[in-house]
Amino acid sequence: MKAESAPTRERPKILPSNPGKIGESRPRADGVPKVRGEFEYSSDLRVDGMLWGATLRSPHPHANIWSIDTAEAEDMPGVYSVLTHEDVPGRKVYGMEVPDQPVLAWEHVRYEGEPIAVVAADHPETARRALEKIAVDYEILDPITDPAEALREDTPKLHLSGNVLKEVHIKHGDVEATADVVVSGEYEVGMQDQAFLGPESGMAVPDGRGGVDLFISTQWLHIDRDQIAESLDLPPEDVRLTLSGVGGAFGGREDLSMQIHSCMLALDAGRPVKMMYNREESFYGHVHRHPCKMEYEHGADREGNLVYVKARLVFDGGAYASSSNAVCLNAGTFACGPYDVPNARIDSYMLYTNNPPCGAMRGFGAVQVCFAHETQMDKLANKLGMNPVELRLKNAMKPGDKFPFGQTVPEPAPVAEILERVENMPMPEEEEIIGRDLRRLPGGVSNVTRGEGVKRGVGYAVGYKNIGFSAGFDDYSTASIALSVEDGEPIIYVHTAAAEVGQGGVTLQAQISRTELGVENVAVLPADTRIGSAGSTSASRQSYVTGGAVKMACEAVRGKVFERVREEFGDEFGGELSMEDGSVLAGNRRIVALAELLENGGIEETVVYRHKPTYPLDENGQGDAHFQFAFAAHRAVVEVDEELGLVRVVEIATAQDVGKIMNPQSLEGQIQGGVAQGLGLALLEEIQMKDGKVQNASFTDYLLPTILDMPPVRMEVLELADPDSPYGLKGVGEPPTISSTPAIVAALRDATGRELNRVPVKPEQLAGIEGEPIRRAPQPGSRGPVADDLGSEA
Amino acid sequence: MKLECKVNGENREADGVREGESLLYILRERLDLPGSKNACEQGECGSCSVYMDGMLVCSCLVLAGQAEGREIVTVEGLADENELHPVQKSFIEAGAVQCGFCTPGLIVATHDLLERNAKPSDVEIREALAGNLCRCTGYEKILDAVKLAAAKNGNGA
Repeated sequence: MKAESAPTRERPKILPSNPGKIGESRPRADGVPKVRGEFEYSSDLRVDGMLWGATLRSPHPHANIWSIDTAEAEDMPGVYSVLTHEDVPGRKVYGMEVPDQPVLAWEHVRYEGEPIAVVAADHPETARRALEKIAVDYEILDPITDPAEALREDTPKLHLSGNVLKEVHIKHGDVEATADVVVSGEYEVGMQDQAFLGPESGMAVPDGRGGVDLFISTQWLHIDRDQIAESLDLPPEDVRLTLSGVGGAFGGREDLSMQIHSCMLALDAGRPVKMMYNREESFYGHVHRHPCKMEYEHGADREGNLVYVKARLVFDGGAYASSSNAVCLNAGTFACGPYDVPNARIDSYMLYTNNPPCGAMRGFGAVQVCFAHETQMDKLANKLGMNPVELRLKNAMKPGDKFPFGQTVPEPAPVAEILERVENMPMPEEEEIIGRDLRRLPGGVSNVTRGEGVKRGVGYAVGYKNIGFSAGFDDYSTASIALSVEDGEPIIYVHTAAAEVGQGGVTLQAQISRTELGVENVAVLPADTRIGSAGSTSASRQSYVTGGAVKMACEAVRGKVFERVREEFGDEFGGELSMEDGSVLAGNRRIVALAELLENGGIEETVVYRHKPTYPLDENGQGDAHFQFAFAAHRAVVEVDEELGLVRVVEIATAQDVGKIMNPQSLEGQIQGGVAQGLGLALLEEIQMKDGKVQNASFTDYLLPTILDMPPVRMEVLELADPDSPYGLKGVGEPPTISSTPAIVAALRDATGRELNRVPVKPEQLAGIEGEPIRRAPQPGSRGPVADDLGSEA
Repeated sequence: MKLECKVNGENREADGVREGESLLYILRERLDLPGSKNACEQGECGSCSVYMDGMLVCSCLVLAGQAEGREIVTVEGLADENELHPVQKSFIEAGAVQCGFCTPGLIVATHDLLERNAKPSDVEIREALAGNLCRCTGYEKILDAVKLAAAKNGNGA
């Protein structure tokens, strides 16, 4: 059934705001529609006559598909389209780095939840029932769920290229170095979920001429567009994307979810198609943070100077590549932490398994290794009998040192300074434990302790990460600035394709424009593919890269304004030209109002901004791979009920270098929110897997920090300008998530004395009751423990 | 089936409602009120919080039929045409809004808290909002927003 002509959507109205200048806290322009419930998220999209799409997913983590029969589903009333791999018009696989993931599976499924067919119907329930009518003949195979098993030579290969997706080997200095004091350990990080609140969703609208418009929540419109066009076999210009309201991202929207599916359905049905995952499906619909097992050995002299670090990192990449290559590289480069390490040998492996695909999440490879290297530093301090902060200060990297991957540590790198700051911040007041309001005890309102067995602990950690895309990637952004006059007032229109995912990038673009051009009215146009790429809203990069593009476009506009002034007024002003308060000034003297100067036409400039180039690592893992580094340190104070394994985080203190504070309120929000995700990884959040199947795909069973779990964050922010970046700024989004986790776990160890080599830490670890029960002969009259509980020996 | 209820002061009706539809689905898909959000649809995240006969409920857990003849107030019903409610203003001023997906539910839940308790303490705020998940802010600015709203109410704003 084809519609005569596709309905069109009215573009949302853009209201200009006065955003304030950089450095000011201003209410965000999208705040009013968001508090009114009027902001249009991708899950809110609707047009008359639209259909609902739904996805059939594999219930098996590993299987052969012998046949797919869609006949019965197609015959259902209200069903307009049923599509399988046979209906993918172009490339049948997609992927950002390695196109290895089927748009719709054929022959094999490699993870539980892999899409096999899609349906469009007139009601979401009809679409779901149609999925039940699709018959898939599976031959179930044993899943490979352990990366160590995947690495073995004799394990069956999940992809033609083998099971090793990526390996990075870093050799720095003398890889055979020995030392007087040695500590080693094995560490593990569980699979964390981004758990953005807005579900994957969007609406595809066919244009009636073979092309399609997609309204979508994503982190990077252009990489979506290119992958969609490739699979639809359409030229990119026939696939137009507009960013819809995004309900959080944190890395989980870098990969495609329902983009190609909804476009295929819309083009087939000739009707707009909306797809929206529910929460359970969302857990299958996006990649997660890589689980990782890490073996570390640190060597130091007796004074505590690091001599070497050896690390072997094994990441579970899951069934498909996603951004795993870059995670593997990042983890390798940051494996030693922000310390001056003269010798290092790092082996970082990324494996394919039949677990869910893993990819980008806030911290991107730095999170896993930071938990390990900071635990090692505490262990080393303990062995040396040294204060752990002192040990870190002694080894803190400084500008001019060499990273283990050979690059020179650039200015600024205030590792020692941020550590000193968190150590010297006032401690939270100690409140008497016995007799305290129960709501301020571990366990809180659950009221299971009255304070007996509650111990306080303190822990420290420091971490770092690259900002932006690395290792030779052409990491650019495009911005267009139009300065014109409306109703007698100058106004700036800012246009980029940068995805606002909640971080406040739209406000920042307006602030930069306001600052550079001295004009109060600024309207930021919707992000779409009518303009060139802005790159991804990830790697803490948009303030730097799109911020840089907006600044550069404003400078180009300003140049044209000054040209026009010189044409009209000559060039003898007795002072530098500038733009302020809607006018062009020379020194303090007003030359002309913009309203007058631009009366007969505005000025528009579009620019492409690039940061300085980066380079791939060589075969020894050496190279100038990254262009900016951001550092943060954390101190955690916790209270632990040792008997019940319950935790209350009392306070997190942090110091972070941000180069330049662009918007204080947004910055604080990034730091507090990032710490909350680090706290989640320390204490609560893990996708639990069993035999390749997700055990907890809901917010009932996947535990997120609530307002009861999250303590106040005490923060000190440093502004040490990066000489290369716009305004000297550094990316800020990820560092809060990196070292907050190990700081909390260090505090838990301080309180309980337990090892805690795995996150998230479970109550049974804290209470010391984890592990196998002791096997005893049954008492007379007892059959003893049942076999299922104790395994076959019982 | 046909559903009639009062929403934000207006009598509304929806035709052709299926048995399995929730109040949230009715609001979002049939009454053009998408302000209540669908983050978990199992009563864990609070993003769909609305008033039903003056009681705070997760609209995803209310079957459409249960709303028959009831009075519903959603986030869209809290502000006047031109003037934001003090709770809404406070969320913007305190920086408690990032992606904003949790915001409508938190606004309604905060509105409810302050109706019951005009000057809540920190622990009372935390307890009252424990059913509302936010993934962006780390909650500190939400706490600030609630205190700011309480102060605004106290000043008769």
